[in-house]
Amino acid sequence: MEQTVVDVEDLSRSFADKTALDSVSFRATAGRVHGLVGSNGAGKTTLIRHLLGLLSATSGSVRVFGLDPVRNPVGVLGRVGYLSEERELPEWMRVDELMAYTQAFHPTWDESYARELLDTFALDPAKRIKDLSKGMRAQAGLIAAVAHRPQLLILDEPSSGLDAVVRRDILDAIVRAVADDGRTVIFSSHLLDEVERMSDHVTLIHQGRVALSGVLDDVRGAYQRSRIRFVEPFDEPPVLATALLMEGGGRTWSVVHSGSLEQFRHSVLTRGGEVVESRDATLEEIFLARAGRSRAQVKAA
Amino acid sequence: MDITLNLADGVPIYRQIVNQVTYMVASGLLEPGEELPPIRTLALQLTVTPNTIVKAYHELEIAGVVHKRRGAGTFVSERRPHMALRDRRRVIDQRIDALLAEAHQLNFTTNDIIRMVRERKASMDEVTPEPAEVKGKR
Repeated sequence: MEQTVVDVEDLSRSFADKTALDSVSFRATAGRVHGLVGSNGAGKTTLIRHLLGLLSATSGSVRVFGLDPVRNPVGVLGRVGYLSEERELPEWMRVDELMAYTQAFHPTWDESYARELLDTFALDPAKRIKDLSKGMRAQAGLIAAVAHRPQLLILDEPSSGLDAVVRRDILDAIVRAVADDGRTVIFSSHLLDEVERMSDHVTLIHQGRVALSGVLDDVRGAYQRSRIRFVEPFDEPPVLATALLMEGGGRTWSVVHSGSLEQFRHSVLTRGGEVVESRDATLEEIFLARAGRSRAQVKAA
Repeated sequence: MDITLNLADGVPIYRQIVNQVTYMVASGLLEPGEELPPIRTLALQLTVTPNTIVKAYHELEIAGVVHKRRGAGTFVSERRPHMALRDRRRVIDQRIDALLAEAHQLNFTTNDIIRMVRERKASMDEVTPEPAEVKGKR
């Protein structure tokens, strides 16, 4: 029933001899916020650049509003708002010139929304982009990205290096895009609490592959974190079915695991231990379990 | 509406909102007929995706805690939410299990824990009376 806005099928992409994306499939549905998480260099930005038609697929397909962004950049980019970590803005322009320039590309430009945001951010329209602070640049870039009320808002690490106030401005713009207009949002972030708050769907990209993807609450519900205690101490993490990540030592261990709690309790019991406490894992714990350093991971039995 | 989210304890955000609103209605902090904040307002206040608020309000509606009025907003229902004793027990039992397990691990006896719960409650009451008493109703 939900309309598909972005449909990436089996996308692979290499740069020279390095594989950046390996058979990535990703779908974004209308009216939802899609969080992209993954370590630096995992492939998030490469995926986003495909959505914008800045890179063409080595193999696989990319469709945005049913269109190929490489072949039909006007049809795609006219309906997309984009803000990146680099905030590539024309340095020599004044803030008001940037607004007029962006407006020229977008017939749907909402002048009163743009002015409201300029006021809220207390941005001086006469200032040149090159004279703006990092936070002000982000705010100017944000207005340029949202004031035409795009059907799809794409934010690549928008919060990176910004203070709490500007980060909040960006998140508020996401909330408004969804609440006021039912727009679709894709945003990547390394701040997992931000992703956890803002996302309806979450996709974890690890080493160029999709490590997990789904409705955030479903993803969260599929993993638990339990504290367990054994009668006898272990020097090495004991092998437990469904355990993905274990920390601790001796008799007390903290475990991130998938599957049913009953099953996990049983496997702890057979090793002479008991489950002291269990709760749904946080996104950060799931992230570390699925994309952490391999040293800390345990093979699922 | 004063809602505090805790991302560290593993409870889904929509569930935290449902639980806190239910508690506020049951304790009289939210009065029957009172309007809940619009979805956009609460989403901005809590910095969460608006769909989470939609989901929370929907759950509250199914549970009979709130109702929607066409063209208006979401309002606290006249009937106070009533959790079955069994459900209420289950919520508290889970907490007690965790508490007892930790107490055991830290070498406190069950009697120690009961005494500590009483002491803790007494010191909390000195600072803030129970919410139900603030409103002067049960």
